[in-house]
Amino acid sequence: MAKLEVQDISSGYGEQQVLWDVSLSLEPGKLTSLVGSNGAGKTTLLRTTVGALNAWTGSVHLDGREITSVPAHRRPELGMVLVPEGRQLFSSMSVQENLEMGATNSRARSRIDDNLERVFEMFPRLKERRSQAAGTMSGGEQQMLAVARGIMAQPEVLMIDELSLGLAPMLAVNLFEKLLALKNLGLTMLLVEQNVQLALKISDYAYVLREGRVFIDGPAEEVAANQEVRTAYLGV
Amino acid sequence: MMLQIQGIRKTFGGLIALNDVNLEIDYGEIVGLIGPNGAGKTTLFNIINGVYSPDEGKILFQGQDVTAKAPYRMSKLGLARTFQIVRPLSELSVLRNVMAGSCFGREDRPISEAADIAMETLAFVGLADRADALAGTLNVAQKKRLELARSLAARPHLLLLDEVLAGLNPTEITNMVETIREIRHKGVTILMIEHVMRALMNVSDRVTVLDYGEVIARGTPDEVSNDPRVIEAYLGDPKVAESLGSKA
Repeated sequence: MAKLEVQDISSGYGEQQVLWDVSLSLEPGKLTSLVGSNGAGKTTLLRTTVGALNAWTGSVHLDGREITSVPAHRRPELGMVLVPEGRQLFSSMSVQENLEMGATNSRARSRIDDNLERVFEMFPRLKERRSQAAGTMSGGEQQMLAVARGIMAQPEVLMIDELSLGLAPMLAVNLFEKLLALKNLGLTMLLVEQNVQLALKISDYAYVLREGRVFIDGPAEEVAANQEVRTAYLGV
Repeated sequence: MMLQIQGIRKTFGGLIALNDVNLEIDYGEIVGLIGPNGAGKTTLFNIINGVYSPDEGKILFQGQDVTAKAPYRMSKLGLARTFQIVRPLSELSVLRNVMAGSCFGREDRPISEAADIAMETLAFVGLADRADALAGTLNVAQKKRLELARSLAARPHLLLLDEVLAGLNPTEITNMVETIREIRHKGVTILMIEHVMRALMNVSDRVTVLDYGEVIARGTPDEVSNDPRVIEAYLGDPKVAESLGSKA
């Protein structure tokens, strides 16, 4: 059974429709990526999936249970966690306080010490800077913190919006390696990523959105070899 | 030449938004301007119509140096633009919104004539039946058309379109592309920024690609979309992906 099943979602803002009948399915323990050009609907799909935006039609199932109408703030309790685009850290709070803020749901609260240790092991830089205000760190370190805060929520499904945006290539590669480590621990992940080459390199499965619909989907190697992907970005 | 952009450089603090950008547009052309987020496309529009002055370089409009000329002067010379985020005067009628475009445009019409021009323009964009509605009551597609009508009522020689297709559904996109072709047919030269690539590649004679403030490619839609630098700008550098170990 799929860990997360998004079925026939249509959604948008106000009267403006962005998504038309989009379906995607995350297999447990797999890394799935969602790529597509500007305005293709990637962030809207994530926002609808986590409940920050209401689906106009369609449904979302987590572990076989329908959660379409569960409000966004209840979903971390169920294991659905989003690392939002632009990090959205509490910039005047310390690194450690930001991490603790990730662990507010009841499943995460009881494991806060274990998880802190885990993320500090994974991101030693954050341990060094645990007392520093989050907003004073570099972009790469802030992105690490955003991912680490997501891990603190004890996710069953971790969704990451634009992991590498604005990061130098080597920092991006470094973060991607952390995702692989998380995958090896069995975490199910959905990655929205503008660097298609990177995303397809590390993913098991990929969806390419174009103009609000799924244009191509398949195992990541197949999608990477598909010349049509370029069409989704460049039109011809 | 309708427009010559020569060696434009623009910085904001330490950020180089545009660096040595050159672009020429001939009379009657439709030229597409594309590039990933943050490439500098809208900044270039803002320099062409005088919202910003460049740190270096020149803008020639029909042979005349217009660098850093105020936007209202550019409008009188025959340059009009639409905005990515449409901001109609919501409490005024559709007709009056378009009249405003006419009054401050190239022909400098008195308000008594502006209504006729506005009506004619609204008929052209297919909004004549909404002329008396308040602009705020229009739907997204209609607001995009109003934005277009407002700029056309200024009777421009050159029209800058900033994402007029964004937020439209497929049918509306097809219709808008047809309208853009008709505008060119009336003798208006067009420079357009667009992320809806299929439509842009379809309607443009030539395409220029910006990435990190620099022109990385220019040519026909076919040439540009097969250019390795363009593919890399949109899909990421394959060498970086190579440096990531295998996923096993």
